[in-house]
Amino acid sequence: MATINVNGKDLDVTDVPIDTPLLWVLRDHLGLTGTKYGCGVSERGACTIHIDGAAAQSCVTSLGDVGTGKILTIEGLSDNGDHPVQDAWRDHNVPQCGYCQVGQMMTCAAMLKDNPDPSETEIEEGMWNICRCGTYNRIRAAVKTAAQEMQK
Amino acid sequence: MSNSLQHLTLRQLIDKSRLETEIQSPLGKAILRRDFLKGIAAGSLVILTATDGTTTVAASDDLATDENLSPSLFVAIEPDGTVQILAHRSEMGTGIRTALPRVLADELGADWDKVVIRQAKGDKRLGDQNTDGSNSIRFFYKTMRIAGAMARTMLQQAAAQQWNVDTNRCTTKNNQVLLKGTKKSINFSKLVAAALQLTAPKPEALKFKSADEFQYIGKNFPITDLADILTGKAVFGIDARIDGQVYAVIARCPVVGGVVSSYDAEAAKKVPGVIDVIDLPKFQGAPLFQQLGGVAVIATGTWAAWQGRDALNVKWDEGPNATYDTEAFSAALKETVNKTGQTLRSQGDATGVIAKAATKVSATYSVPHLAHAPMETTCAVADVKTNDKGEVTSCYLQAATQNPQAVQQAVGPAMGIPNEQVSCDVTLLGAGFGRKSKPDYCVEAARLSRILKKPVHVTWTREDDLRHDYFHTISAVHCEAGLDAAGRPMGWLMRGAYPSITSTFAVGADTPATWEAEMGLTDLPYDVPNIQVEVGKAKAHTRIGWLRAVCHIFQNFAVSSFADELAQAAGVDPYEYLLDILGDDRQLDLAALKLGNRGANPNDYPYDIGRLKNVLARAAKHSNWARHTDLPQGQGLGIACCRSFLGYTGHVVEVSVTPAGSVSVDHVWCSIDSGTIVSPDRVYAQVEGAALMGISQAMYGEMPMKNGKTVHSNFDGFQVARMSDAPQEINIDIIKSDAAPGGVGETGIGSFAPALCNAIFAATGKRVRDLPIKNHDLSWTNQ
Repeated sequence: MATINVNGKDLDVTDVPIDTPLLWVLRDHLGLTGTKYGCGVSERGACTIHIDGAAAQSCVTSLGDVGTGKILTIEGLSDNGDHPVQDAWRDHNVPQCGYCQVGQMMTCAAMLKDNPDPSETEIEEGMWNICRCGTYNRIRAAVKTAAQEMQK
Repeated sequence: MSNSLQHLTLRQLIDKSRLETEIQSPLGKAILRRDFLKGIAAGSLVILTATDGTTTVAASDDLATDENLSPSLFVAIEPDGTVQILAHRSEMGTGIRTALPRVLADELGADWDKVVIRQAKGDKRLGDQNTDGSNSIRFFYKTMRIAGAMARTMLQQAAAQQWNVDTNRCTTKNNQVLLKGTKKSINFSKLVAAALQLTAPKPEALKFKSADEFQYIGKNFPITDLADILTGKAVFGIDARIDGQVYAVIARCPVVGGVVSSYDAEAAKKVPGVIDVIDLPKFQGAPLFQQLGGVAVIATGTWAAWQGRDALNVKWDEGPNATYDTEAFSAALKETVNKTGQTLRSQGDATGVIAKAATKVSATYSVPHLAHAPMETTCAVADVKTNDKGEVTSCYLQAATQNPQAVQQAVGPAMGIPNEQVSCDVTLLGAGFGRKSKPDYCVEAARLSRILKKPVHVTWTREDDLRHDYFHTISAVHCEAGLDAAGRPMGWLMRGAYPSITSTFAVGADTPATWEAEMGLTDLPYDVPNIQVEVGKAKAHTRIGWLRAVCHIFQNFAVSSFADELAQAAGVDPYEYLLDILGDDRQLDLAALKLGNRGANPNDYPYDIGRLKNVLARAAKHSNWARHTDLPQGQGLGIACCRSFLGYTGHVVEVSVTPAGSVSVDHVWCSIDSGTIVSPDRVYAQVEGAALMGISQAMYGEMPMKNGKTVHSNFDGFQVARMSDAPQEINIDIIKSDAAPGGVGETGIGSFAPALCNAIFAATGKRVRDLPIKNHDLSWTNQ
């Protein structure tokens, strides 16, 4: 059995090998399905979560690697869906299908924590997640809005 | 029912509906009827609307006992004023789950905050549920308005009786009937009982809102699932959960048609969490939507199943498609299109005129296989119950599907039960692009659940998705034209060859279908006196499927690239040249050209050259096209237009190409005319998305195959656009129109790639005829 800290709570994970990627632990064993599977090889970012405040790809981070790290998923990003990043995504009507947007928002939230005023290039490099619906232009606009709000 | 339903997530609604349907054990009409009625409060006013627009009015209490009332599209106004509207099309990112209910709500005068949207199960009595082909608004705009107008009229009549005034004096807004010229109003909730006592008006007597009275249609609004999406609560197919479910990952032969030769079940079973290993038989005959076949590993979680699959060490008997090599196949297609084919359109003597022309231009274009690669892979959960004899007694699925009726049609025969006894709830889709209207993954889940006697969730890994797609075809299109002294084309010949989508449904089908050729070839809009369009044979060696924009992807690429080449040959500005060869404003004679027009009535949906020229001209204007001659080497503007899915687009693309040959798409302008628009913001979103998908397809898109197997199996090899590829700006111009609603979702693709490649030519003098662009050396030196 392993115990991991997710969204501020210590959760027991039983009967799951410690080499299991956190993505599947969260989704299949803890019922936290907000974090999405996209590629399994850290190529597209749908599975992005925060560990101790930094963005991490949960598809390539194993249960055993987490240790006492504090995991944050979309379910814990805000109490009422009102994190400035979520607000900005709402203001710009970013999602089409919405599947990748959790990962996009988690990537953005971590990026803005480290770099509150990213340049165009830094946004492009930081927001590397794939969106097949093609919402990139709105994501770019939403990142800027969120950055402005978070600096207030 | 209370308004509390509004706050339930889709999953909770699905769970609720499931509990209500499970009360019934025998399958058949009773369960379907009850299913359809789920959650409508007693005493509600229910308007049932058939897809032909005929309506039936009933009280929900009567519906419960009337065996003759079929499920159909409905709106129910409950005694507390809640307005329930059925959404029967799948939400995959277009906003349709919001847009169609919005149309009904507008015509009704409903308060959007009182509307509860209910997602329909698959049921052929609901009419077309295949959320594909950019059809949803076109098919159901009128139907939703009729249902809304019927309900509104009855509420108006009920209010008019209470006020003792003429019904014409009553209007509706925000769930109130209002009396014109006064401040009187009555809430819908207080009129439901009285409305139920009225005789329903005849549909032909209904009066509809005029466009200037619309409260929701044509206005922007957030999609109904937005809050759930932003908080991670939205339920996609991969998130579907049925109590007690187990997880399956399946090994399928990397070559279509191959079968299992051997595998190591014991090795898989040693993986912690693995429960079982099960054979799935290969499909019979043509692939259709049957399972591919292979070996399934069942486990307590997706990862354990995946690890178990990796341990199987499956050996395959790959079968005859193991010789398939796309490089050689593409070369063969180019040979095919350089020879005479089967004529699909012939007007005058194109070949004779071209042979004698002063200037002859010819070019051959090719586009490789493409994968759909929706961000959510194909996923479904099935719960099949059997009796002592092993006969299926119930079959229930939750699936990310574009077409729950196709799920019924594919799963029914596999389970040995009538299609209508397959119950399929539709989750949100993490995009679809055409992949999720092909429910082979649902058949897999149902087959495994039947054997295991447990709910089984099938997840396709990304590798599965890219190896076993129903691929976009591989194509060659050859164009020839003969120009007169002024550079105008006097003869135009085109030949296309590509494995047909029909090969997925009929063994041996080896010729493009007329409806495929109509997406860009036979519907050539140019005013050319001599036209010849032919298609050549091409055998399929993998499953061929429709991908967003389908044959427009390669046929409009060829046609609009070739028009640009002719403009160069004629020494004429490409925009002026296009306007000239499109000819006078007129409508194509669809009947004479034997064009199917997507089944749409030509009176409502003509092929209108004036509208096509208009979007072209507006895109040129907004991009300030005239400046293209002043741009330095390495920068260029390209232009193209097309009619696709009954909508019209004009694109101008601005590119920069570095001397080393690196391309960036700087700016995109698109004018789109798709008639009446319900949700402008979602049209913008679709056209923005189409530009990005166009960049993916044109810059990077290719799924090469060797020895019958895909070369790429993840995004490291199968490249798609990322934010760094996104244009700095995408300017979209929606033509205001009250014409019948056309398509949108796919319409923005067709003219994008040729405009991009025409821009690259303008910037570098290099013509890209074989996509993707990334395979070309586009370097240049100062001239």
